[in-house]
Amino acid sequence: MSGAPQIEVRDLEVRLGGATVLAIPGLEVAGGEVLALLGPNGAGKSTLIHAMALLLSPSAGTIAIAGEIPSARNITAFRRRMSVVFQDPHLFDRTVADNVAAGLRFRGVPRREVDERVAGELSRFGISHLASRSARKLSGGEAARVSLARAFVLRPEIMLMDEPFSSLDPPTRHALLADVKPMVRGTSTTTVMSTHDFSDAVSFADRIAVLRQGRIVQADLAWNVATRPADRFVARFVGVENVVEVRVAHREGDIVRIDAGGAALHARSDAEVGSHVLMCVRPESIYLTTSPDGTNGTLEARVESTTRMDHYTVIRLDCGFPLCVHVAGMTSAPPAPGSRVHARIRPDDIHLIVEEPMS
Amino acid sequence: MDLILEGIVKAFTLIVGLDAEVVRVTMLSLAISGTATMVAVILGVTAGTWLALNRFPGREALVGLVNTAMGLPPVVVGLFVALMLWRSGPLGSLGIIYTPAAMVVAQAVLAFPIVTGITLAAIQQIPPGFRLQVLALGATRTQMVWVLVREARLLLLAAVMAGFGGAVSEIGASLMVGGNIKGQTRILTTSIVMETSRGNFDVAIALGIVLFLVAMAITVLLTRVQQRERKR
Repeated sequence: MSGAPQIEVRDLEVRLGGATVLAIPGLEVAGGEVLALLGPNGAGKSTLIHAMALLLSPSAGTIAIAGEIPSARNITAFRRRMSVVFQDPHLFDRTVADNVAAGLRFRGVPRREVDERVAGELSRFGISHLASRSARKLSGGEAARVSLARAFVLRPEIMLMDEPFSSLDPPTRHALLADVKPMVRGTSTTTVMSTHDFSDAVSFADRIAVLRQGRIVQADLAWNVATRPADRFVARFVGVENVVEVRVAHREGDIVRIDAGGAALHARSDAEVGSHVLMCVRPESIYLTTSPDGTNGTLEARVESTTRMDHYTVIRLDCGFPLCVHVAGMTSAPPAPGSRVHARIRPDDIHLIVEEPMS
Repeated sequence: MDLILEGIVKAFTLIVGLDAEVVRVTMLSLAISGTATMVAVILGVTAGTWLALNRFPGREALVGLVNTAMGLPPVVVGLFVALMLWRSGPLGSLGIIYTPAAMVVAQAVLAFPIVTGITLAAIQQIPPGFRLQVLALGATRTQMVWVLVREARLLLLAAVMAGFGGAVSEIGASLMVGGNIKGQTRILTTSIVMETSRGNFDVAIALGIVLFLVAMAITVLLTRVQQRERKR
């Protein structure tokens, strides 16, 4: 990741029917960076992707591509430096090979080169056997592969993907993500992908920008967004199931002691003593033991329920406040409901949010 | 009943024997209606695509006008074209009234809104996201329009069929601007009217069968192309 921003969004505003659906004061994507736009439906992710793809005229603001702001005169030239993959593949009513060749033909690439590149891309996505099949006779997964091959064959500087896998079943989605990730990494293609799935975002991107109601509420490294959410909304959206209001009781340097359900926990924070803050703990960061190990940061709790998931078990506890714990693996038997356990939380696994007072 | 049977027998004699007048009238009909359809398709597909892709004040009224014009009465079109092409009319200097060219104009005016209306509907039924995808692939506006027209080709073939059907079967406008002059502007529909008025039912039936077969043959041909495309 280096160099000037490949995409630079400044004071962008998109209004539709009198309502502001997108307002981004600033967002930069560096060359070779992979950014995920994360948010619920209607957050403005698709609108931002469309704006970056120069497919809509913003009501205000600019989008610069490698330092240049496209004009109506040269917009096609700028679009030809990008590829866009939409949620709906929108395949042409032609053969698969014709679909993959479309962008190259628009650019006037010589026929022999088109044939070579199309064959190479079909092979890379494992769909060579579909080359002469009508694009209207494909399964959802096959159509998604054709759509990706059609985008990657253009070898773009910028790859924009608008929820490209959201309509696919989980195995197909995971397989495609696993295929696409090394492709964008290997070519250092600047990539922006919108998704409402946090696990897709965190596994795919360097950075995540979380959108809510057309605004970016947090833009940070993927792991920071996962562990240090900016507010209650982001916390919930990125899978931080434990968000509890607590009081800062004591402070020593950058370590604060908080009262949580009658027990004391420690965390790193600059929150002031006496202030009420939101304690965020990821459910997979909590360790369970049956006997107290004598260390700080241990809560005594009663098991309320256990639920087996595919790769982990969800255990809901009552320790003066509800606490959700994810225990990885399927081998050990989870504690029975009603039993007593001890939950240990390390200071570094606790993130405190100092909420702005409501005006 | 005898009249009809005799007429049908005579009709087949004229058709199988390739009667010179029947052949001449048929060929002229095909030439005039074929040319008129071609003109209507070129102008109608262009206008329909433009209307489908652009937003401007008054567009809705224009779309309403096109839809209304799809059912234009041929005699009204004939009157309008005749007034325009009449020697003292605005286009009188062209000197084409009572010529096949005037009939092409009249039939093209009739077929134009049909082709435009069907093209408009065909292009509009393509999802807006598809257009964005084409642009995102780096297409110029012209390339995008070409892709959209190609995508809508099955419905556009229906537009060609409807346009040709409207042109070849109309009579009022052709009679008014062509005049049914033997050897010059006499076509299948005008001949049928004339022979019927003269009581030559056998010839009228023969020409009617030819008209039916011509219209059916063209439609079957285009339908086969359309359905083959659909199965691909």
